[in-house]
Amino acid sequence: MRTDALRCRPCGLALIAALLLAALGCAGASAKEESAEQPKEGADWQSWHVNNDVADLASVQRGARNFVSHCLGCHSLKYERWSRLGADLRIPPSLLQQQLLPPGDKANDYIQTSMPAADAANWFGKTPPDLSLMVRSRGADYVYQMLKTFYVDPTRQTGANNLRLPLIAMPDVLSPLAGLKRAVFRDETNAAGGHEQVFDHFEPLAPGSMSAAEYDGFVRDTVNFLDYVSEPTQTARRALGVWVVLFLLAFTWLAWLVKREYWKDVN
Amino acid sequence: MAVKTATGAPAPLPGGSAPAKNGFRAWLNKRLPVDEFISSQVTGYYAPKNFNIWYFFGSLAGVVLVLQLVTGIFLTMFYKPGEATSFDSVEFIMREVDYGWLIRYLHSTGASAFFIVVYLHMFRAFLYGSYKAPRELLWLVGMAVYLALMAEAFMGYVLPWGNMSFWGAQVIVNLFGTIPGIGPGLVEWIRGDYGIADATLNRFFSLHVAALPLALLLLVLLHLVALRQTGSNNPDGIEIKDKLGADGKPLDGIPFHPYYTVKDVVGIGVFFVLFAIVVFFVPTLGGLFLESPNFDPANPMSTPEHIAPVWYFTPYYAILRAVPDQRLGALLMLLAVVSFLFVPWLDRSPVRSMRYRGWMSRTALTLFAIAFVALGYLGLQPAEGLYVLLARIFAVIYFAFFWLMPVYTKLDPVKPVPERVVYHAH
Amino acid sequence: MADHAVVADDEVDLSRRKFLTRATIATGAVGAVFAAVPFIESWSPSERARAQGAPTELDLSKLEVGQMSTTVWRRSPIYVVHRSPDMVARVAGHDGDLKDPGSKDSVQPDYAKNALRSRTPDFLVLIGTCTHLGCLPKQRFDKGELYPSWPGGFFCPCHGSRFDLAGRVFDGSPASINLRVPPYSYPNPSTLVIGVDEKGAA
Repeated sequence: MRTDALRCRPCGLALIAALLLAALGCAGASAKEESAEQPKEGADWQSWHVNNDVADLASVQRGARNFVSHCLGCHSLKYERWSRLGADLRIPPSLLQQQLLPPGDKANDYIQTSMPAADAANWFGKTPPDLSLMVRSRGADYVYQMLKTFYVDPTRQTGANNLRLPLIAMPDVLSPLAGLKRAVFRDETNAAGGHEQVFDHFEPLAPGSMSAAEYDGFVRDTVNFLDYVSEPTQTARRALGVWVVLFLLAFTWLAWLVKREYWKDVN
Repeated sequence: MAVKTATGAPAPLPGGSAPAKNGFRAWLNKRLPVDEFISSQVTGYYAPKNFNIWYFFGSLAGVVLVLQLVTGIFLTMFYKPGEATSFDSVEFIMREVDYGWLIRYLHSTGASAFFIVVYLHMFRAFLYGSYKAPRELLWLVGMAVYLALMAEAFMGYVLPWGNMSFWGAQVIVNLFGTIPGIGPGLVEWIRGDYGIADATLNRFFSLHVAALPLALLLLVLLHLVALRQTGSNNPDGIEIKDKLGADGKPLDGIPFHPYYTVKDVVGIGVFFVLFAIVVFFVPTLGGLFLESPNFDPANPMSTPEHIAPVWYFTPYYAILRAVPDQRLGALLMLLAVVSFLFVPWLDRSPVRSMRYRGWMSRTALTLFAIAFVALGYLGLQPAEGLYVLLARIFAVIYFAFFWLMPVYTKLDPVKPVPERVVYHAH
Repeated sequence: MADHAVVADDEVDLSRRKFLTRATIATGAVGAVFAAVPFIESWSPSERARAQGAPTELDLSKLEVGQMSTTVWRRSPIYVVHRSPDMVARVAGHDGDLKDPGSKDSVQPDYAKNALRSRTPDFLVLIGTCTHLGCLPKQRFDKGELYPSWPGGFFCPCHGSRFDLAGRVFDGSPASINLRVPPYSYPNPSTLVIGVDEKGAA
């Protein structure tokens, strides 16, 4: 009797399900496609990807230094210890002490910010969040885009706004490095027939101490560092994984040989 | 070395297992039925020889249960339940306990793996009519395991006390409020407070760590006993016990040990390769196995953008949201799960296995499988526009599969069922 | 007729079966051992425990002569005694009444294996845990405080063990060895660090 067709039942079902999901996915994607636009500064910001490599130790080290200099004033990394940072990033204790450790903090301490939370909430409207897990919760691209889409907004108390996180409470603290820029919006009618302001492009207002390329590198390193902090064990995890999978493949192969040997009995 | 055996006796196992009448073995057997158990339940238990890939998932479910128990026990050594401590203690495990990260990922991946395995295990029952008489109770006990598993998984997800833990608990517990009359009181009773709070977290911890694992173990044991009583079904849906050999053993059966022990080890190996790839390389699986909002601590003042349960609940979640009325939606969601319980009696086919059923049953099952997967996908999306329409369409297909079953299984033109199982040597 | 499912073929190679089965079991056993490692390792002191067990510092300039300061290291009480010259003198002269006057059976770093059980005569550093069953001995530094010939030292209230001003145990005490000395060092004359010595951090 014809059982061959049914032997492929799982394949058939999987294929149909996959085709259906692909169709649904394409439907979603094509709704977002627009005709190609002229290259304008920052117009493509939503497709900026950081593509960081946590295994790039030099980059993560630079990111650590960037963080201590520019972020630690307000943001803590309360799940990470200085000593752990030193060990993972291969920074000798003396260098850690000199360059990174704030005076008064001990190597074994968790990385705390000196800004009192209550004061911060008063000044900024909300306490600057701890950043230990920011990359795991929002994604590396989110943080990357956020640090690169600040713009001048005189209507706001901090004088700044952000494309990735509109009405952001954080002031543009990196503007001395990145420079200042203005966001130009254009008027568009949306699907419901109403008018909305859509971001068009950035206009540079004043240069910072870094060139665009330098600042981009700065942000990439810092995001890479935050990626490391959000899961310090990730490089060890991947390294161990290679051995585990190889071992399991070898074991499974042996087990299959045993199975085949015994099943010669069965007819 | 050529070995000719008489009919019925399997080839001898290397190492031999002749029970010694003296020594420790004899002493033990006088006090516990060890040899008797092995010869009746393991080497003497005959299972159909034509098991295919769909028959791996039972033993795999058992393996995953053991994995979850062991990793869960170790996590409990370091986890501190409590509004103020849960989230921090999970990060403590991830960063400061030696290999804590590995134990955590084994447990989180294990939870999802459990459902993948269980859904495929259940699908097998639909393929081959494994729920039909005399296995109705086996099916029902299995459904009880599934329900206990869903409760266990739901409570386990609340324990890290991330923002999705909190809001997922909020939504699901609020569903009970739709029960007429007792609803609001019931919700407060479940929560132990006026909102999801420390009290809820602690009781879920106790249920997740102690009560439900016990229930699961007992139910799984009952499931195995019920299976032993009726014997396994097989892809051809034939009762192998109908054709016995001279030795009283089924002609189409083979001893579970060594043949299926050896085969199941291969299945376990393949499973662990895939499992390890996820654990070590993509533990979050793009937010499906570990959702990103859960890396933020629970915040009663801030709801995540999209509240979605973990993927294994999303088919039912999609059905809940497909209905514009809250109470009716909850009722339909309940019915979606409960419908499974009636299948042994809804199925009127004279034939067990899909291999010998007609186009109606096959089409129905195919559509159901597509609907289940599609609803699962839709449950992860925001409830807007096209997604809602599709969810409604697939929900109709979902329910039609069950409740039209008495009709289409009766009308279905079936094929003749063979006398003996179909087996190709492999 | 042999129409049974399992019929051993002509060529059942038993030795091949044995070999393969054993090889697989052996590999599986190796895998099981490796799989057990993370679980066993998880019981080691965590990063937090190791951090809390880091060396303890004490400012000696605040410790007056004849006084004892109690601090903590690795969850044990640490007694630091600033011995006066008179207290140093009272360490000698009763070796016959001690169970282990030369500290042969007792636990201390090499630099404390002397009559005074310390690096320098003026400071005594001890783990303040009775070597009998773990209570905290009380200071009884004055001569004659317990009985006329008492030279000064420590008295454990739980079961009556007595120790001298170098922490050495007296005959008649339930404890059998002297109070333990932890690793310690002086990065400068007025600072004591418990937990670090020539061998590095403990």
